[in-house]
Amino acid sequence: MGIGTYLALASVLFGIGAAGFLVRRNMLVQLMSIELMLNSVNVLLLAFNRAYPGNHDGQLFAFFVIAVAAAELVIGLSILIAYYRIKKTLDTDEATLLKY
Amino acid sequence: MTIPGATMFVVTAIFAIAGGLITIWSKRPLRAAIGLLIHIISLSGMFLTLNAHLMAVLQLLVYAGAVVVLFVFVIMLIGPAAEVGPIQGRLAPRTLSIAMVVAVVLALSTSVAYFDAPWAELPEDFGTVEGLGTAIYQQAAVPFEVISITLLVAIIGAIAVARSRTE
Repeated sequence: MGIGTYLALASVLFGIGAAGFLVRRNMLVQLMSIELMLNSVNVLLLAFNRAYPGNHDGQLFAFFVIAVAAAELVIGLSILIAYYRIKKTLDTDEATLLKY
Repeated sequence: MTIPGATMFVVTAIFAIAGGLITIWSKRPLRAAIGLLIHIISLSGMFLTLNAHLMAVLQLLVYAGAVVVLFVFVIMLIGPAAEVGPIQGRLAPRTLSIAMVVAVVLALSTSVAYFDAPWAELPEDFGTVEGLGTAIYQQAAVPFEVISITLLVAIIGAIAVARSRTE
């Protein structure tokens, strides 16, 4: 049960998030998939920091990733609500507002 | 790694994968949010096996406490329209994208699974509030302040974007 197991698990979790983002058409679920991918990167950072514990750099990065993910999610959800007001759906296939 | 740590890792890994699959597979967004909650709580347990105590608490506070609640709030605000029907039309692009993701993940996970570094001896304050807090304020004080401004901008931006325009 070395660090390699953690790395393999993180790549599997990232793959789940990427697949969800590519396949689903629901904007809410796509935002959740982005959160899955960001979380898998946090696992990676913390595992490497545990393997090389001379400093706290990996945990620092994970801390900032969590903060930026929260900000990104707030903006994404507010855009989603504004989009829903106009189109009355969350389907990404219907998102043609920037198409002339 | 000790036996309890390995057991904890296996259990949290299974729950994390299951939660992620529930998130991307369930038709109803509320069930997807619950899957995300399972995923986040089990990842928080996994952070404990990596001696990242403060990060485990922050994961629970920020993700399980704020992010999932925000998702559920938006789902309730939008109502039945939050559910999007099944995929119609061309299946080929989606099948292709799934195949590419699976191929990349298989290649990546099988190649990194054998990477092995011995678990080093930990310093006294590794991952504690004191250790990580000292690191933040000694090495990353400026990014920390920038993060606070970023969050403030995000709050103002969210209000400006989501606000109703019917004056």
